[in-house]
Amino acid sequence: MTAWFTLRNVVVAGLLIVLALVPVYASVTGNAFLMTLFTRIVILAMAATSLNLILGYGGMVSFGHAVYLGFGGYAVGILAQEGMASGFLQWPMALAASALFALIVGALSLRTRGVYFIMITLAFAQLAYYFAVGLERYGGDDGLTIQRRSQFAGLINLSNRTVFYYLCLLLLVGTIYLVWRLANSRFGLVIQGSRSNDRRMQAIGFPTYRYRLVSFVIAGTICGFAGALLANHTGFISPAIMHWTRSGDLIVMVVLGGMASSFGPLIGAVALLVLEETLPPLIRLIAFPFVEQPVALKISEYWQIVLGPLFLLVVLFARGGINGLLKAVGRD
Amino acid sequence: MTDALLQIEGLSKRFGGVVASDDISLDVPKRELHAIIGPNGGGKTTLIGELAGEIVPDDGRIRFDGDDITGLSIYRRSALGLARSFQITSLFLDFTALDNVALAVQAHSGHSFRFWRNARRDPELREPACAALARVGLAQRADVMVANLSHGEHRQLEIAMALATKPRMLLLDEPMAGMGPEESARMVRTLRELKQELTILLVEHDMEAVFALADRITVLVYGRVIASGTPEAIRANVEVRQAYLGEQEVAGHG
Repeated sequence: MTAWFTLRNVVVAGLLIVLALVPVYASVTGNAFLMTLFTRIVILAMAATSLNLILGYGGMVSFGHAVYLGFGGYAVGILAQEGMASGFLQWPMALAASALFALIVGALSLRTRGVYFIMITLAFAQLAYYFAVGLERYGGDDGLTIQRRSQFAGLINLSNRTVFYYLCLLLLVGTIYLVWRLANSRFGLVIQGSRSNDRRMQAIGFPTYRYRLVSFVIAGTICGFAGALLANHTGFISPAIMHWTRSGDLIVMVVLGGMASSFGPLIGAVALLVLEETLPPLIRLIAFPFVEQPVALKISEYWQIVLGPLFLLVVLFARGGINGLLKAVGRD
Repeated sequence: MTDALLQIEGLSKRFGGVVASDDISLDVPKRELHAIIGPNGGGKTTLIGELAGEIVPDDGRIRFDGDDITGLSIYRRSALGLARSFQITSLFLDFTALDNVALAVQAHSGHSFRFWRNARRDPELREPACAALARVGLAQRADVMVANLSHGEHRQLEIAMALATKPRMLLLDEPMAGMGPEESARMVRTLRELKQELTILLVEHDMEAVFALADRITVLVYGRVIASGTPEAIRANVEVRQAYLGEQEVAGHG
């Protein structure tokens, strides 16, 4: 418990150093794509960390968490479209809209358990998805281009890619710290106890519903924040951001990285998104000596055939995801 | 009986065609250990469920310390000081023993909308939890994951958790189920100590323990009270002998 120099901590520390040095490396090599990729990783890691609060610690399998990315993103996009580019307006709106929607979804879904809970959160997310598709004024299915990033009265210039990246990284670290504090507070122990045995929690005197609801709203709000960042990052928002497959991605990040661990979602986000980028060229490289170039290209489109089994292996053999694996290996 | 802590009047419950509680009335005075015995399916666990608030009775009334609690939720009853232990061990298996008891302490020390301080280092929670563990003889096992404790230790832990909620009354549902002789003897010792200061309703199959501990015994058969009285009276009751206690078993205790 007191040993700090474990394999997992070394990996986590290394990961944080790499994340901190990405802009330096990118500017030296002039690799703009790397910045784009890692800004995206950092923002989605923040979303996954928020999901971990309810999924990992609380045992609430929300299959509609990406909907808050949409709420945060559309708050920024719609306000920008209407000529209100101030971040002081956009960001609080993004948080408030996400919180309100999470309150509604949570209030209804948390009265149910198991598959019903999953289905209700999914249904609400799909509802929001189709609502956004119908928003003709804001691009409907095609989405909405955001001309300017959120303006903060000259205090901070988000159009500077490096500044924006470090802001996202700072917010990610802040989120990880916040979730860690929450998870180990009295509040967090109620959430965790409820995951372990909700009936017993009530029998010893906890009205668990209200605690679970508050955690659900906190998670949705943080994810909405990530959505506002993502919209700024891509300069574009469309219904696709809250498609159920995106919610699935967030779950995969949390489970792959390690549920109920502070850095698990970050590890999972890095692993998933880096694999997503590196697997296709890797497959092409391996396949090329054996087949023609076009065929190799075709094969590499099926990179998910490799990712799927990898994910399965981690779920089956590494309880606690990659984080748990690192801990277990470090102990031996 | 004015000083009865728990008063049950005409409690009835049917599940379809099965009568689980049939007009049950009984009083449990303060600091008495009242045992409920009866054959399997006699309605004992249903009664505990009704008292704890998990099962809503069709009819009848439950008073706790004079207040009608029939319609109160589970956690409200717990807050009033009615603590139950479960027949089938129902613990937080992925938590340590101390964590389990500390949660029970936390449940009764104000609301838990406290988001920042590390609850596992909060002496307000940890110290009473350690004390409760010590009372049931589990102090040495505080940091063991509950999933790795033995069955007997689980039962002890159940009692510690009930104690940690600072209850006025314990509802114990077969605390000795599945225990070996030594574990049972230890549990009897623990309960004997607890009954000095607490009112206890005990559902138990272990007749030796029941007759050693109980001030009063109620016999439930098919949800109906067929006898209620002191252990001596119950032992002598012909109807009880026929319905439940084997003749030899009674003789063995005679």
